[in-house]
Amino acid sequence: MSRPTILGYARPDGKVGIRNHLLVMSTVVCSSFVARRIADQVQGAVAIENPFGCGQLEPDLEVTRRTLIGMAKNPNVGGVLVVGLGCEQIQADDLVKEIEKTGKPVEKVVVQEVDGGTPAAIEKGVTLLRRMAEDVLSQKPEEVDVSNLVMGVECGGSDATSGLASNPVVGYASDKLIDLGGTVILSETPEMIGAEEILARRAVSREVGDRIIRVVRKWVDLAASHGVDLVGTQPAPGNIAGGISTIEEKSLGAIIKGGSRAIQGVVDYAEEVKGKGLWIMDTPGYDIMSVVGMVAGGATLVVFTTGRGTPTGNPIAPVIKVTANPFTAKKMRENMDFDASTVTLGQETIEQAGEKLFKLIMDVARGKPTRAELLGFREFVIHKIIPSF
Amino acid sequence: MGTPAIVLNPSDNVAIALRDLKQNESVELIIGNSKLPIKLLNDIPFGHKFAIKGIRMCDYVIKYGHVIGRAKRNIGIGEHVHVHNVESLTAVHSVCKGGKP
Repeated sequence: MSRPTILGYARPDGKVGIRNHLLVMSTVVCSSFVARRIADQVQGAVAIENPFGCGQLEPDLEVTRRTLIGMAKNPNVGGVLVVGLGCEQIQADDLVKEIEKTGKPVEKVVVQEVDGGTPAAIEKGVTLLRRMAEDVLSQKPEEVDVSNLVMGVECGGSDATSGLASNPVVGYASDKLIDLGGTVILSETPEMIGAEEILARRAVSREVGDRIIRVVRKWVDLAASHGVDLVGTQPAPGNIAGGISTIEEKSLGAIIKGGSRAIQGVVDYAEEVKGKGLWIMDTPGYDIMSVVGMVAGGATLVVFTTGRGTPTGNPIAPVIKVTANPFTAKKMRENMDFDASTVTLGQETIEQAGEKLFKLIMDVARGKPTRAELLGFREFVIHKIIPSF
Repeated sequence: MGTPAIVLNPSDNVAIALRDLKQNESVELIIGNSKLPIKLLNDIPFGHKFAIKGIRMCDYVIKYGHVIGRAKRNIGIGEHVHVHNVESLTAVHSVCKGGKP
């Protein structure tokens, strides 16, 4: 059988995207409105409204900075306009310097440096971005090998059908992509609690296995420091009523969406994955934060399972919504991309539904828009590790 | 109507009910290319597990091809597998301490 190909945008740094966005990114919440106004006026542009960028302690600031740079470096982005205020902690120049390393076009506008305030800054930004758009939007995608795809897997609004059907179906597609030489990112480390030893046994080395156990247990300790017991209270009464007997079973129901292949390594939130195969990213279980972390870490496509039906997307990565709940598949049909309820109803096997999902993933990687893209969902939240000061 | 229960991995010793199943009901499971008939010893609600192999006390319960816990007592084929007869490997008051890990 011939290998599948996807339609990719080859970037100067050798990475390949499946979308071609112009990114308008604010360094701080104070310049977010200006960023949005600029993006609204240029075709192909999307704004990232950074809610932080000031009043942060350095380790927390570093997470924000890494996330912004990661979003800009993501190969789904063809060109970047950085919009700063001027007096904030995250300086536009520092971001520009980092993003320039990719060889992509990068420009900046700093509101306090423009004569006239925000209206003049918006005008300047629109002019710069239009010029950039002429070049970036002229780029045509090419047939490239499927191994260029970096897929993040996520679940949110879960119910009993998530662990039963949608996550195993996504797991099938994850294994298939990895076997074809692609990359999969599995995140939400707090949801791995109880299954960390199982995951550690799948690590390529002792060192990686130890790190898996460390990053998972860190969340147990963090919750405990706030007086919350994450282990003893799991599975929750609702889970038990739904048929989940142990914390291992609950965690495995989430983890299975990453498939069953060897775990190559663990990266921090929004840190770039360092090779092909299956990777773990240490992120919160909060789905939007987790998706943003994976996209900042290089995911060019996200597959997102949901039982209850969540509509969320991402500013630069297509998010494929999968549900195995027959009621959600019907009620939330305008938001769902893939109906895996055939497995829940016993009409299809995980393999059969998994093959169909993989074909949809290939279609989306060849330009087919997802429902979240069509409906304009672009949620963006950054993980925070220390309160603002 | 489709198959009444699903086995998520060929190495599993439990199946998951895809609808509310009744005691004494006979179900036919599809595992790979083979079929496995099971007579249910209890009512099994949607999403709950039942044993498709005999599981002895302190043996592993396997789902997704992974260990999800340990049997707290012997579990017969077709029996409901849940909190009354399964414990987490992290269980503080394990009935299997000193027994088979």
